[in-house]
Amino acid sequence: MAKPENEITWKDLEVGFVVDEPGNAMVYRTGDWRSQRPVYSRERCIKCGTCYIYCPDMAIKILEDGYIEHDLYYCKGCGICVQECPTNAITMIEEEE
Amino acid sequence: MATRVGMEVSIAAAEAVKQANTDIIAAYPITPQTHIVEHLSELVNNGELDAEFIPVESEHSAMSVCAGSSAVGARTFTCTSSQGLALMSEIVYAVSSLRLPMLMILTNRSLNSPLSIWNDHSDVMSIRDCGWIQVFTESGQDVYDHVFIGFRVAEDRNVLNPFIINLDGFILTHVIEPIEILDQEIVDLYLPQYQPLHRLHPDRPVTIGCFGPPVLFTEAKKAQNEAMNNTMPHIIKAWQEFGDLTGRYYHPIETYKTEEAKIVIITQGSLGETASIAIDTMREKNEPVGLVKIRLWRPFPFMELREAVRGAELVVVMDRAISYGGPGGPLAGEIRSALYSEEGHPRVVNFIIGLGGRDVSPEDFIQMVQQAKMKVGDWYEIYGVRE
Amino acid sequence: MMIEIRFHGRGGQGAVTSAELLALAAIKEAKYAMAFPSFGPERRGAPVVAFCRISDERIRVRSVIQHPDIVLVLDPSILRLVDVCNGLKADGILVTNTRFSPDEIRKELGIHYRVATVDAAGIAKEELGVPITNTTMLGALLKAADLVDKESMQGPLKDRFGRLAERNIRAFERAYNETKILE
Repeated sequence: MAKPENEITWKDLEVGFVVDEPGNAMVYRTGDWRSQRPVYSRERCIKCGTCYIYCPDMAIKILEDGYIEHDLYYCKGCGICVQECPTNAITMIEEEE
Repeated sequence: MATRVGMEVSIAAAEAVKQANTDIIAAYPITPQTHIVEHLSELVNNGELDAEFIPVESEHSAMSVCAGSSAVGARTFTCTSSQGLALMSEIVYAVSSLRLPMLMILTNRSLNSPLSIWNDHSDVMSIRDCGWIQVFTESGQDVYDHVFIGFRVAEDRNVLNPFIINLDGFILTHVIEPIEILDQEIVDLYLPQYQPLHRLHPDRPVTIGCFGPPVLFTEAKKAQNEAMNNTMPHIIKAWQEFGDLTGRYYHPIETYKTEEAKIVIITQGSLGETASIAIDTMREKNEPVGLVKIRLWRPFPFMELREAVRGAELVVVMDRAISYGGPGGPLAGEIRSALYSEEGHPRVVNFIIGLGGRDVSPEDFIQMVQQAKMKVGDWYEIYGVRE
Repeated sequence: MMIEIRFHGRGGQGAVTSAELLALAAIKEAKYAMAFPSFGPERRGAPVVAFCRISDERIRVRSVIQHPDIVLVLDPSILRLVDVCNGLKADGILVTNTRFSPDEIRKELGIHYRVATVDAAGIAKEELGVPITNTTMLGALLKAADLVDKESMQGPLKDRFGRLAERNIRAFERAYNETKILE
């Protein structure tokens, strides 16, 4: 895995600053950018998968039994899943709580 | 080994690109480079060169295509001049920072305005700091040879840096003169196939051209600068090996009659050959004048320059470009700065000549040396301007 | 020893081609030669200038020819327009396409140079069907000055003109024979 930015020396850099570790942006905890988090209700969910399709960060997983789970490592709290859910199975609460 | 033919220099350059087995050519026509790209398009069209000739809609697109082409590991060539270079300059900087090897032939032509299709160095000087390896050529043979040297150096695993060959527009591009065309076997011996270090390929995904935040940018530029400085021994080695194969040896600086010279003229490009005639004339009259020709512009050969002018009391620098409101011409600025820390360094006098295709004759060089002798201190002048 | 020739013509008449063909012939003879036009946005009919240098040693000078040994004029109307003899060396020669004799040309231009003339336009019209005099004048040039062997010109002419080469060679030969020289 890549070093923290402020520890990289000029000798560490690859020729042409090529990043040869594909997909290493995965380490960015974009979940830290949230100010609100989603709360999910299994009871109201009808397993339509709409939230999964609309999530811009692919931070919603469809589980084996068809219900969903938010990946809070990446979820930025944009609230699009709340907007699109036809049964209001998802709500947003303040991160603080 | 080689065949001597009479050929237009532009055509010879295109033939060299063909012999180098180039893969991708992306260029937009602009005077005076047109004969080079026209001939290349013919060679690709009639099957003599197995390459893709991509007729782009502008120089900006040309360099974009070249960046992509080099990024996938193809031997890449482009050619431009003046305004075309200015238009593609945005990407010129990116290409060198990304260490994408490729070859550009730059047929030096003046930058507007007024509109000029004639030769001077304002175009190449405008990208002086772009990070490409830059050489100046002074004859047709020189240009032809450097196509092979350029690809070889640019693609060298120890270098991986794009390469510019400068040749004076019209004065070199449109001249017919004898050129020794190398046999293909010699070219193949000298120029191996390109083996890229990194390339865009689904089997091994990489990111080329990412973001550089302040915390990393300085390190990135240090890395780039170190790499550029370290290209020098590999360029010299490539010249040495070319010489061993062909008998023609090139050097970062070429000197002519500088032994015991008290006055040294410094030129870049085709002016060098004309100046050498003036040197002969002055030496016949026992004037201790010598000539230094700067072939390698970037990386700048500091050591070789200081050595070449050692013992001189007066250095007369010939620039073909001017920095308005600045200290004269760009070459003079670099020479002064290279000599500044030397004990007892010579006076440096700077003439700006040959702007926009103005003819410069051997007599002009003799005149300029006489004028320089009579001036005091460091100073610059646009030579031959009608008052 | 270097010989410098300046070619004067009108855009479209092939002045540049003449200079090039001469250079190619010289290079074929293992000499050194350099040919280049006086560069500019060429347009048909405007006076143009081309240059050729021939030498046994490598040619280093790349500036324009200011003191030619020979001046070649493809179109007689240029004689009255441009000072073609500007800079011509004292022992130089003016070779021109004209219906007039060398003596008449000398008198008209008020010069004392050696002069060679041939009715190249006439020859070209007969042999080529058009008054394009560049190849014809090469014949006059070689008659006036021993720059290259006549035979050395054959190759470049054939390469350049393909199936029209024969006619051009005929025009070239005729001019060579019909050129009059006044020393």
